[in-house]
Amino acid sequence: MKLLTCPMNGPRNIDEFQSFGPVRARPDPNATADRDWSRHLFRAENRKGVVVEWWRHVPSNYFFLAERDLVSNEIIRTFDASELRDRA
Amino acid sequence: MNRLPAPFGSRIDRSRRIRFTFEGKPFEGYEGDSIASALAASGQWALSRSFKYHRPRGILSMTGADANALLQLPSEPNVAAERTPISEGLRVSAQNVNGSLERDRDAIMDRFGRFLPVGFYYRTFMGPRRDSWLKFWEPMIRRKAGLGVVDTKAPHRHFDKTHLHCDVLVVGAGPAGLSAAIAAAEAGADVVLCDENPEIGGALSYGRYDPAILSGLWSRLETLPNLKVLTGTVCNGWYEDNWLPLIQGDRLHRTRAREVILATGAIEQPAVFRNNDLPGIMLGGAAQRLIRHYGVRPGQSAVVLAANDEGYRTALDLLDAGVSVVELVDPRSADEAGPLEAELRGKGVAIRKGATIEAAEGTAGNRHLARVRVGGSWIGCELLTVSIGQAPAWQLPCQAGGKVGYDAATQMMTITLPQGPVHLAGSVAGTDEIEDAVASGRRAAAAALSQLGHAAAVEPPATPKSARPRYVQPIVADRKGRDFVDFDEDLQVKDLQNATKDGYREIELVKRFTTVGMGPSQGRHSALATARIVAEATGRTIGEIGITTARPPVGPETLGVLAGHHEVLERRTALHARHIALNAAMWPVGAWWRPYHYGSATKAEEAVHEEILAVREGVGLLDVSTLGKLEIRGPDAGEFLDRLYTMAHANQPVGRVRYCLMLNEMGSVIDDGVAYRMAQDQFYVTATTGAVARVYADMLFWNAEWRLKVDVLNLTGAFSGLNVTGPKARMVLEALDSDIDFSRDAFPYLSGREGTLAGVPVRVMRIGFTGELSYELHCPSSLAPALWDAVMAAGKPHGLRPYGLEASRILRLEKGHILIGQDTDAITTPDELGFGWAVSKKKLFFVGKRSIEMRARLGQTRKLVGLQFPAGARNIPGESCLVLRGGMPVGQITSVGYSPSLGTHIALAYVHVDDQAEGSSVTVKCRNGELVEAPVVAHAFFDPTNARQEI
Repeated sequence: MKLLTCPMNGPRNIDEFQSFGPVRARPDPNATADRDWSRHLFRAENRKGVVVEWWRHVPSNYFFLAERDLVSNEIIRTFDASELRDRA
Repeated sequence: MNRLPAPFGSRIDRSRRIRFTFEGKPFEGYEGDSIASALAASGQWALSRSFKYHRPRGILSMTGADANALLQLPSEPNVAAERTPISEGLRVSAQNVNGSLERDRDAIMDRFGRFLPVGFYYRTFMGPRRDSWLKFWEPMIRRKAGLGVVDTKAPHRHFDKTHLHCDVLVVGAGPAGLSAAIAAAEAGADVVLCDENPEIGGALSYGRYDPAILSGLWSRLETLPNLKVLTGTVCNGWYEDNWLPLIQGDRLHRTRAREVILATGAIEQPAVFRNNDLPGIMLGGAAQRLIRHYGVRPGQSAVVLAANDEGYRTALDLLDAGVSVVELVDPRSADEAGPLEAELRGKGVAIRKGATIEAAEGTAGNRHLARVRVGGSWIGCELLTVSIGQAPAWQLPCQAGGKVGYDAATQMMTITLPQGPVHLAGSVAGTDEIEDAVASGRRAAAAALSQLGHAAAVEPPATPKSARPRYVQPIVADRKGRDFVDFDEDLQVKDLQNATKDGYREIELVKRFTTVGMGPSQGRHSALATARIVAEATGRTIGEIGITTARPPVGPETLGVLAGHHEVLERRTALHARHIALNAAMWPVGAWWRPYHYGSATKAEEAVHEEILAVREGVGLLDVSTLGKLEIRGPDAGEFLDRLYTMAHANQPVGRVRYCLMLNEMGSVIDDGVAYRMAQDQFYVTATTGAVARVYADMLFWNAEWRLKVDVLNLTGAFSGLNVTGPKARMVLEALDSDIDFSRDAFPYLSGREGTLAGVPVRVMRIGFTGELSYELHCPSSLAPALWDAVMAAGKPHGLRPYGLEASRILRLEKGHILIGQDTDAITTPDELGFGWAVSKKKLFFVGKRSIEMRARLGQTRKLVGLQFPAGARNIPGESCLVLRGGMPVGQITSVGYSPSLGTHIALAYVHVDDQAEGSSVTVKCRNGELVEAPVVAHAFFDPTNARQEI
């Protein structure tokens, strides 16, 4: 079983975690055409390469981010969500 | 009759005889015997019939990996005869026989073999109708070509799981694995060594080696407390980050190792010639295992096929066991004579070089080997041992990312692992001799230790012996066939050659077309030969062909091992003991157990009616502790709820309770509850029992993006809830000692209060699912029984009755209150529920807002309404029955029940949006297919003006 390093709880078995999918830009709901809004809701991109994903450590209900290579399934790093905001 | 004296037979205890039966006939063996060895000791060599041609088959490898040595026990199919010990009274029978093993009516299949070429099924059983395969052919073939039979009434066994952590896991306790484990443990690492055999030693336990080697390793191992040895333990897979399941009998060790050393050894390969599958033909290692492990003489007169030193050692072992070795056949040319050759000649064994076994013939019905052909002449024998080469046990290394290659110079299959925490040692890494294996184990340990940061002694680099090329047996199809490559699936050389002619040139395609390697032994004895045949037929190298992908599990595993123990996890409220004491009929609701009703099960209906009437006319008490309870604290708490729920909460006054409705981003209703504002920066929010886990996760997920200043606390288990409801509810609470004023004016409907009640700190909300005057009391769970007792005592003079889930369901249905998940589905919008009132029109944003606006523009198609069936109606539709309009389904019944307050059956149902008006009549299809008409009525069947809850 894969290990995932939670920024708060350290390395844990991956079955303690729940994936919440890649981080996506949230379009302004009030300034988006119906067609684009549908796309936002229902279309999941699945491109090769490294993605930043939301993960939840279920027992502690802590959400954090992980950079993962979708081809090799290597988890490159994990970090707290504040880092993403600080960078933005 | 074939039993040898001690010291042969390291696994058996001759003082303990065990009786069992095989195919109904009595047999006897010793404690420690496997089924196969005990049968062999009594001269029973045939164990089963082959898959397709129903040919008798027996022991091939004695490793437990042979498909043809799988047997049936009364309560377990496909048991490995070579590994499973006998026990007193065990009843064993053969598999895949029509009739008996001795007289198999399907043995005639062997004659018709040429009419059953590979791909025959795909081409033949396509018609005559489209479903002929499914309906007719497949069931027939399954009956013919099955393995064992599952006993669905077998008693449950106890299985369990444990966790194991170590610095170094060594898989395989042969010379390489042992020396690796000892070296790692001596350096101070925490080491686990596992082996599937009942003893350690691997080849040292059955091969012709100096016993001092094994006893030397054993004495060093015994002094190491940080080295844990698990024998009888199969490592059945490698998973990411060195997670490995170790199966020891009925126990699964879920193992996490920092470094893994795979010393899984090599798999002896059979030779391919006509009738190479007869009982009596076995691998050299099988003969050695029978002799040393079980003290069983593998035959009286033998021919030995030897293309390596192991074959010569086998011949010497056979002589020691009193077997007459007629001839040793060595297909290699006679250029050099090793010491073993001289030793054998000294014992008078004839050695023929540059020849091989060309064919074999059996006794009547091919029941046992009778003679073999060498250089055109026939030699009578009842045992042929085959030692022509090995393949590294590639299964675990390949799962760990290893790549299979082929070294053309040495003619060896090779495995290369990427740099990382997995290392190979011993013959799986290509070593030949014991000393090389031991050195390779130490090197692997040094590599693992340096990764772990131990100061490990630097092992001198491998001194490659002048690696002699291995002998490679040419594989030529016999004109008359029956030259088996895959014993599991009865595949012959020509079957594989024909597959390549049919265009299946890639190994994965050859596998799927011919089923080669798909049987229980998973290509252990066929993968290398298959690669050679395909390489030859397609003019490529074996390295280019490769072998098929190896996936976990390495070997068969019982479902019980995966399932573990059978205990069902359940959640109980803090009041569970109170319910039991009141003789409640407990009912599972998800993981929770809740009272369905109180009192005798035989009077369930009566009890439910009484409980309903108690609430409507007096007062009732319901345990609502399973409700989700969340506390939201922080300066942004109001703003946070505004974004999550559809109603306005930022402007909600302190002390007020507001309904809250949650949508997902698609605008579908996913949860509801109430929010009690306890302070400017504190809300107490309830969620439905089933959804609270998700709501709690979603809240944190959203806020990971929003970063509002709030803290969310899940109090579901920490707090309990009691609902006191009915016209007399206030009288009950006023009879208790409290600092809360429960009067109508001081504590109006939809407000909340904090205080103490009967000495218990409580949060009280005036809400209610029943439509009656209701107080919901929440308190710390540890104090809930005391509060329950106080309320019960105070309620006694007023006829208070505890009520259960069924009464609660009917009470809320009488009010038309919805249950999320019961009356809603994945696409329900607030409009469909008539909940426009619960959706703020002023807020700029809440989750789902954009989508419900968009969906409203698409047009509403259905509406949830109340249906009332006439009193005494005979045919009442059940939940999920379809609502029809013009013969087409437009909706369904979501809740239905008998209302004692109204004296009729009532229901909630989705109907066509044009039928939503009160008085419309809709058609519902009952379970028995009959159509019934029912009028649409207002949601609140009982007390439509909702006056009762506000008294």
